[in-house]
Amino acid sequence: MITRRIYNFPAMGRQNPFEEMDRMSRQLNLLTNAMFGSADLPFSPSGVFPAVNITEDVKKYYVRAELPGLKANEINLQVSGRNLSISGERKIQLEGKNAKYHRREREEGRFSRIIGLPGDLNADSVEANMVNGVLTIAIAKSEAAKPKQITVK
Amino acid sequence: MTESKELMAKEKQELTTRGEQMQPGLVFTPAVDIFETDREITILADMPGVAADGIKIDLQDNVLTLSGDVKPWEDAGKSDVLVEFEIGKYYRQFTLSEVIDQNKIEAKLENGVLRLNLPKAEKALPRQITVKTA
Repeated sequence: MITRRIYNFPAMGRQNPFEEMDRMSRQLNLLTNAMFGSADLPFSPSGVFPAVNITEDVKKYYVRAELPGLKANEINLQVSGRNLSISGERKIQLEGKNAKYHRREREEGRFSRIIGLPGDLNADSVEANMVNGVLTIAIAKSEAAKPKQITVK
Repeated sequence: MTESKELMAKEKQELTTRGEQMQPGLVFTPAVDIFETDREITILADMPGVAADGIKIDLQDNVLTLSGDVKPWEDAGKSDVLVEFEIGKYYRQFTLSEVIDQNKIEAKLENGVLRLNLPKAEKALPRQITVKTA
């Protein structure tokens, strides 16, 4: 992992050693989770853009991705079977000829990702929202995949 | 135009050095583009999840501080299936090399990208000097 340092940051030079330890322990956790899998913290970056967080409740799956700078109509979403595909292109507009760049950290490019969800989906009931650069997709689970409450007599 | 490249997922950069925070939580450094024209300096910062009222911009003694608060999602009653990125505040500081006209600073937030225009103060503008010949 590459850690970028901020050189003109005032507190640079006297780092809190414990902060660094915390960070290391968290990253070690990530690594072990990625290798062996862990039930309590399913943190497993796949390296494919965009990174997504998925949560679920009884009725729906919620998929979230951070896509700053993309408009709602620039994102292509498709649901087929248990798969959700997200694709699009992030473009960074050119800033005149007179602009002299000091830093260029934001990247542009195409992306496409297929996410396999653990249960069957109801493709007719998908809602997607883009708020402040965060895409939220709510996909209803199919009737068969919803848990059924069984009363014990 | 060259062919556009594939985007790769990058882990969010966590802020490594900073004074102690009041509230617990993660702090990330937003990716920025900084460019300059004769008249102004523009900063573009990726801050997904930050609403306009969560952004604080402070310019003091030539140090520009950007911070963005992210409201956690209302995920009560939901359980995690997959977690690939973490959520936290954004914070970054820059030391400005130019004198900025503080009254004319403009900030705009669009789709999670903050655009900050810092117009240079009058005296800092480059002046073309024409040499007259006798």
